[in-house]
Amino acid sequence: MRALIICEHDGKGIRLGSRSAVAFANAVAEETRGSIECVLLGHSLAAVTQDASTYAPVLVADHPALENPVADRYAKVIADVVRQRGYDLVVAAATTFAKDILPRAAGLLGGAMASEVIGHEFRDGRLCFRRPLFAGAVVATVALNAKPQIVTIRPSAYPAASARPERCGVTSFAVDEAALPKKTEFEVLQSKLSNRPDVTEARIVVSGGRGIKNSEDFERLVGGLADRLHAATGSSRALVDAGITPNAFQVGQTGKVVAPDLYIALGISGAVQHLAGMKNSKTVVAINSDPEAPIFEVADYGLVGDVYELVPQWIARLNGK
Amino acid sequence: MKVLIPIKRVPDTDQKIQVKPDGSGIVTDGLPFVINPFDAIAVEEALRIREKSTDTVEVLAASIGPEVCEQQLRTALAMGADNATLIQCDASLDPWNVACVLRAFAGRYQPDLILMGKQGVDDDLSQTGQMLAALLDWPQATFASKIEFLGSGLRVTRETDAGLEIVRVTLPAVVTADLRLNEPRYASMTSIMKARKKTIERITTTELGVTIEPRLQLLGLEAVPSRRKSVRVGSLDELLVKLRAEEKLL
Repeated sequence: MRALIICEHDGKGIRLGSRSAVAFANAVAEETRGSIECVLLGHSLAAVTQDASTYAPVLVADHPALENPVADRYAKVIADVVRQRGYDLVVAAATTFAKDILPRAAGLLGGAMASEVIGHEFRDGRLCFRRPLFAGAVVATVALNAKPQIVTIRPSAYPAASARPERCGVTSFAVDEAALPKKTEFEVLQSKLSNRPDVTEARIVVSGGRGIKNSEDFERLVGGLADRLHAATGSSRALVDAGITPNAFQVGQTGKVVAPDLYIALGISGAVQHLAGMKNSKTVVAINSDPEAPIFEVADYGLVGDVYELVPQWIARLNGK
Repeated sequence: MKVLIPIKRVPDTDQKIQVKPDGSGIVTDGLPFVINPFDAIAVEEALRIREKSTDTVEVLAASIGPEVCEQQLRTALAMGADNATLIQCDASLDPWNVACVLRAFAGRYQPDLILMGKQGVDDDLSQTGQMLAALLDWPQATFASKIEFLGSGLRVTRETDAGLEIVRVTLPAVVTADLRLNEPRYASMTSIMKARKKTIERITTTELGVTIEPRLQLLGLEAVPSRRKSVRVGSLDELLVKLRAEEKLL
C-alpha cells in the first residue's frame, strides 16, 4: 500500500506522535511491499522539512494561507494531495489537530475512516484495525470498505519511528490559494506555557483528582512530585470542573489519552471515563484515602492513605531526605 | 434562524457494557439508553441561543435510527426543542452514512447552524460533524467550549491539545460541542408530560434519497480484561522498593 502520513509540527520539528504515525505506516508498507511519504502543511517550513526528511520522503505544502491549522483549508489540501498522487492509506496521530482535520478530509475522499487505532493485522490480505469502544471497555476489529483508507492512530500503540541514516527526498506541493475555502478565519491560539513535558508524550505522568483541594495544593503536590520525576501533570475531570486545573489537563475518554511507562494517580477515585484515558499505561500507581476506590482495581500498586501526607514524604525521599 | 441538532441514542455511560459471546455486538437487553451526553450539550446550547436571541430561533432535533430513537427525541423536546424528526432507518450506520443522511436532511430543512456532540460516547469515533461539514462545503468549528454570535457569523472557542483556539466562521456552519460548552438542564416533569404529546415527524432515508453503503465494517468485538497486578502496598517505602526493584522505574 502507498501510505501518506499527515505530520503535525510545532514550526521547528514534527511531533512525537507523528513519528508514531510514521512507524505505523512503515509497518503497513513493509507488510504490503508498499511505500510511505509524509506531507507537511503550514508556512515557513524549512526547519520542519529538515526534521521530517529524516523519517520519510516529504511533500511540503508551504503557503501563507496555511499558516494556521484551519480545518476546511487543510482538509482541502490533503484531499488534493491524495487525489493527485493516489494513496491507499492516509494516517495521522490521534490528536485534536488530526481529529479536527482528518474526518473532514475523509468527507471529501469517500468517508472510509477509522479513529484511534491501537493495532492492525492482515486477515486474508485485508488490512484490519483494532480500536477501543465504550471508553475502552471493548475493543473492535474493523475494516474499511473504500479507498483511500483514512486512519488516526494512538501514538502509545506504536513506538516512534527512529531517524533513517540518510535524509529522504523533499518535493514541494503547489497550493492553489484561489481554490482554498475562505469561510473560516483563525483568530488566536491561547496556549499556556509550561516547563513540563507534554502529557501525551511523557514517560511518567503524575495526575491529581478530587483528593486535591485547590490549585496551590495541586501545584505543590502533583506539580512538585512531577518536577522531581521529570514527569508531566494531568488531572481528572473533577478538578477541571472545579476550576483547579486547566481543561487541557483532563485525562479521560473525552480528554487526553495517555499511556506512559508510569502513571501515578493521586487522590483519583477512578471513574470509568478517567480510566479510559490512562488504562493502557504500563505501570499504574494509585494513592487514595478510600480503600474501596475503583482506581485500585486498575492499579498495579495501590497505597491507601492521605496524599497530603504521603506526597510530601515522597518528594522528600526524592530530595534525599 | 434554524438550528438543527442531530441526536444519537447511546447506552447510559454508567452501565457496564457486555459483549455478546459471538462478538457480533454488545448485549442490549435491559441496557438503558440516553441521548449522547455531548448531543445533550448541543441541545442546551441551542436553547440558550434561542433564549438570548432577539430573532426567532427554531430548534429542531433529529435522530436517525429505529423507532426506539423516539425516546431520545422526546427527551430533547422535554428539554425545550421546538420540533423533532425521526429519520427512520434500521440499518447499522457509520459516520459516513450518518453524514450523508444529515446532508440530505439539511438540504430539505435548510438550517443556518448544525450543532452536535463532538463524539458519540459509544464508538468514540468523532467523525460525523467534520464529514458533514465537508459534504455540505460549510465551515466547521469542532470541540467548542464557547459560541458567540458576531454579525453574520460565529466566534467559537475550541479546545485543542495546544490550548484554547478561537476561530470565526460564516453561517451556515457545523459546530461540535465539547464538555465545557455548558451544563445541560434537566427537563421538568411538566415539560416531560408536554413532550409526550408532541408530534414527531417521520421520514425515511429512502425518502431522503440516501443509500446506506457502510465504509466502516465491524468484524468483531471483544471485552478488554484487566491485566493489572493489583498489589496493595502498606507504606510509601514499600511502594518505592517495588517501583525500583521490580519495575525498574524511578
